[in-house]
Amino acid sequence: MLIDTLKQRFTAELIAAESSLGDQVITVSREAAPGVLRALRDEPDFDFNVLIDLTAVDWLGREPRFEVVYQLKSLARNHRLRVKVPVPGDDAWVASAVELWNSADWLERECYDMFGIDFRGHPDLRRILLYDSFVGHPLRKDYPVDRRQPIVEEVDPVATPRPPSR
Amino acid sequence: MALPARWAKKIEASDPADEIMELQMGPSHPASHGTIKFNLKLDGERIMDCDVEIGYLHRAFEKMTEQGTWTQAIPYTDRLNYASPCINNVAFALAVEKLCGIEVPDRCKYVRTIMSEVSRITDHLTCLGMASGEVGAQTVMFYMLEARELLYDLVEAVTGARLTVSWCRVGGITRDLPDDFGERIKVAFRNLDAVLEDCDKLLTRNRVFIDRMNGIGAISREDAISYGLTGPLLRATGVAYDVRKADPYLVYDRMDFDVPTGEQGDNYDRFNVRFQEMYQSKRIIEQAMRQIPPGPVCIDDYRYILPPKERVYNSIEGLMNHFKIIMEGIKVPAGETYHAVEGANGELGFYVVSDGSGRPYRVRVRPPCFFGMAALNKMLIGRMIADIITTFGMINMIGGECDR
Repeated sequence: MLIDTLKQRFTAELIAAESSLGDQVITVSREAAPGVLRALRDEPDFDFNVLIDLTAVDWLGREPRFEVVYQLKSLARNHRLRVKVPVPGDDAWVASAVELWNSADWLERECYDMFGIDFRGHPDLRRILLYDSFVGHPLRKDYPVDRRQPIVEEVDPVATPRPPSR
Repeated sequence: MALPARWAKKIEASDPADEIMELQMGPSHPASHGTIKFNLKLDGERIMDCDVEIGYLHRAFEKMTEQGTWTQAIPYTDRLNYASPCINNVAFALAVEKLCGIEVPDRCKYVRTIMSEVSRITDHLTCLGMASGEVGAQTVMFYMLEARELLYDLVEAVTGARLTVSWCRVGGITRDLPDDFGERIKVAFRNLDAVLEDCDKLLTRNRVFIDRMNGIGAISREDAISYGLTGPLLRATGVAYDVRKADPYLVYDRMDFDVPTGEQGDNYDRFNVRFQEMYQSKRIIEQAMRQIPPGPVCIDDYRYILPPKERVYNSIEGLMNHFKIIMEGIKVPAGETYHAVEGANGELGFYVVSDGSGRPYRVRVRPPCFFGMAALNKMLIGRMIADIITTFGMINMIGGECDR
């Protein structure tokens, strides 16, 4: 079983490992995450060559507040894995995975846009679905669904190109 | 070749040859079906850089699903990929059912499979028809849209709507196939066959079309995998990854069908993969129509499924049951899961998190065309402006799904 192999390989790094509803799920700390993700991609036992999805869940009122969730897929071995990385609310960052998978580029931008989580090392971390002057991060649980946004000044995109990241 | 003196002088004066022009293409460009902006840096007509800006159609899908009950999220899923709404419905229902541990009756699985494949054909017809229209093959576009209408009639006969179907429920479907569905399918497929044959003749060996598509927008297999491409975009590079084969759901493991692949990963291969997939979808539908068993289409569990109207109006238990499901929503057990299906554009996944109340705690959709748009920059650099149109057309970006 994949989950047993994972437990043997990452004895020190895993916070939790379980198989639930047919999904394999592991939890690692954000310090260990870059090394684990790299090993998951490169080692032939795992061979997770696709980062299928990356998102976050806001557990407001619980600490650590956020969970960054990676969905991995191996095309050759045809197995899937979910990697969860807990992130504290007052210091929300994880290391970027752009070096490992190109798909992380836009996924991390979206996660930053929606949750305000900083992906350290991302080459171009700016909003993607919302506009640059949007205030707040709407998928956080403390963002009220009916909040109004301030009216934005009209900008001539040619005269003032989009600001560089952050 | 030396330039005539009077031209050389003019070029020297402003020196446009070295100048990089910045061009904002979109967000409402007549040749791109979808609201999207390309911030281009051009050297003449050659694309030096392309910053793709999405989000113009953002409707807060994920935030809105957290506001209502699980069932109330279903109409939102229709509006993700509006070219194949049934697949979105099915994908969401399957994800929630996985969380609840529900196994739907066999007939329901078959009906969902049939409608998913009908939707896949309508999606491919939309994509190929529009993309052909954009390169000048208006005839093909109208032929394909006409064929799509025939299939929309099938969708309407089953769900009652052409596009906003809202037809799946957690634990079943709202309507079974009508009695004459077999006949309807035969008629629709007869017309579809004629259309596909015509379009094949008009396009597949058409010199103008091949010049616009062949070798354009190509991406290597390694890059396609790294960018997370799935569906026709990945299969065009030669990787035969199809969720229906890799992780079979519904009744796809009982079906005999092939996964068409390409070689070069260019627009022509993408076109052909989609074209061949329509024939495979037809095969699946025909097999499913032969195999489909009689029986109920919903589970018999009133925690999830509304009681029949006779019970609601004639017994207090039925009325309370109905009231609880409508007002409080079905109680999905606390937990989380990810379930993927093969959407028309690739892997369509739902990551659902429940806290045990009647409302979704978090619903995340993995939109397949989002990844294609992320890779667009890679496909376009060094190409011509005109190639944006065909490449963008073959990615088949659906604004509702990409921007959510």
